[in-house]
Amino acid sequence: MTAAVEPASALPRGAVTLRGVRKVFGGSGEAATVLQDLDLDVAPGEFLAVVGGSGCGKSTLLSLVAGLVEPTAGTVRVGGKVALMFQEATLLPWLTAAKNVELALKLQGVARRERRDRARHLLGRVRLGRYADKRPHELSGGMRQRVALARVLAQDAAVVCMDEPLGALDALTRDQMHDLVEDVWLEARFTVLFVTHNVREAVRLADRAILMGDRPGHVVHEQANAMPRPRVMDSSAVAMRSAALTQSLKEEVASHDQSDYFVI
Amino acid sequence: MTSPTTSSSERQAPPLDPIDAPEPRDARHRSLLRAVGAPLTAVVIFVTAWQLLVASGWRPDYLLPGPAEVAGRLGGILADPEFWPALARTVSRAVIGFAVAALIGTAVGLAAAGSALLRASIGSLITGLQTMPSVVWFPLAILLLGLGEQAIAMVVVLGAAPSIANGVLSGVDQLPPAYVRLGRVLGAHRVSLYTHIVIPGALPAYVAGLNQGWAFAWRSLMAGELLVVIPGASGLGNRLGFSQEFGDAAGLLAHMIVILVMGMLADRLFSTWSHGLRRARGLAADR
Repeated sequence: MTAAVEPASALPRGAVTLRGVRKVFGGSGEAATVLQDLDLDVAPGEFLAVVGGSGCGKSTLLSLVAGLVEPTAGTVRVGGKVALMFQEATLLPWLTAAKNVELALKLQGVARRERRDRARHLLGRVRLGRYADKRPHELSGGMRQRVALARVLAQDAAVVCMDEPLGALDALTRDQMHDLVEDVWLEARFTVLFVTHNVREAVRLADRAILMGDRPGHVVHEQANAMPRPRVMDSSAVAMRSAALTQSLKEEVASHDQSDYFVI
Repeated sequence: MTSPTTSSSERQAPPLDPIDAPEPRDARHRSLLRAVGAPLTAVVIFVTAWQLLVASGWRPDYLLPGPAEVAGRLGGILADPEFWPALARTVSRAVIGFAVAALIGTAVGLAAAGSALLRASIGSLITGLQTMPSVVWFPLAILLLGLGEQAIAMVVVLGAAPSIANGVLSGVDQLPPAYVRLGRVLGAHRVSLYTHIVIPGALPAYVAGLNQGWAFAWRSLMAGELLVVIPGASGLGNRLGFSQEFGDAAGLLAHMIVILVMGMLADRLFSTWSHGLRRARGLAADR
């Protein structure tokens, strides 16, 4: 790969490249190396799941890609704009669902009338057309996360970073969100970096899952997944793949006696 | 012993599931009761206590008149053609002083919120000013500006502005960092981050600051009108002072009631605004 020497503009839209990335937080006194020697290539339009135990640097990886933090060493290159989705929907409580989506458009300089139409359209896309004028506190957790998804779509980003976006939802709502996220992604074909600690979720959604080990964070295992879509969370095929990935995860975490996890 | 049991058994037990509650009529009935009944009860308690005090003969009638006499006097005051211009003068002094204080307080608050250095230097000063009784400013104001409108205005502004600036600061402090991060992710920069995230996010605390600022402005103004007499331009406070000087106890009490009611009306205005804001954000239950 010659990507590392190419100028940023030459990176295709939606591509993400990390080379020799190291990230150290804190000063020289009690510095913590969160990521070490991280190399990662994500193809345009790929759905990548990032799986790992807590504290393995998954979220830091997303922050680097989103440009929220700078790497201590190495290069992070992204082809195009990045949108973020968090575990909390983070809707502004003083705005209606539609206005929350419109804000993303407004900050991109989209004209007022077009803003309104596009926000309504996007809310319809996440099946919330009837709730456009509701305030966040009038919506359920799953609905709020759908508004957040509509807002991500409004940003028209090449890469979408999702940091455990469905972690706080109940199982049924999560299943529906899997369908919706997949549906929207298949249509818009942005690149997704999807952080989760739920192995099945990774198998359900992703083209490829990377497993990260901790202290410091690095990629320990990779599993490509060409299973046909849509995949069913409770199917035996998903379960078998999940079991293999879970085994790797267990082996990885068990190799660190300092880990939060343990094996019985 | 038996009365609480009977009264509670007479009341209908609330349904277990709030969705099952027979809403509109019952709720409207209750809110009407609260809106009218509670203040009415307060008035009854107050008037009764007052009447009892008068009846006890603690002070002679001409010093402490009863509610009936004061009510009659209040009617006379409201019919007095000189009363309304005085009321208008007081209200306009309050509103203008408050508006200037709001401008200054907001500007100072925003400036301090936006700069760590200003925040550190001005922040404690604002809190300090807030603890100072605004009457303390009067000697200086009179010395600097003379016995006139400007001295009153200066003290009203100085009384109200610190609370308003403090409201801005606490609003910015209470803003969840996630909102600011979201703003940045969505592409907001310094100015747009303020207009779209920080200012609307800080609004409830700001309104609370305005409310407190208004209360201070009103107090400062009454103190000012008692201290500073401007010939031909008397306000409510001046009339209160005259009543005392002429030994007109009923007039004095009637004016006090007017001042109390004015203060309560303004407070109701602010609390309606504040409640509306909080309810729209899901921070307060429906009333």
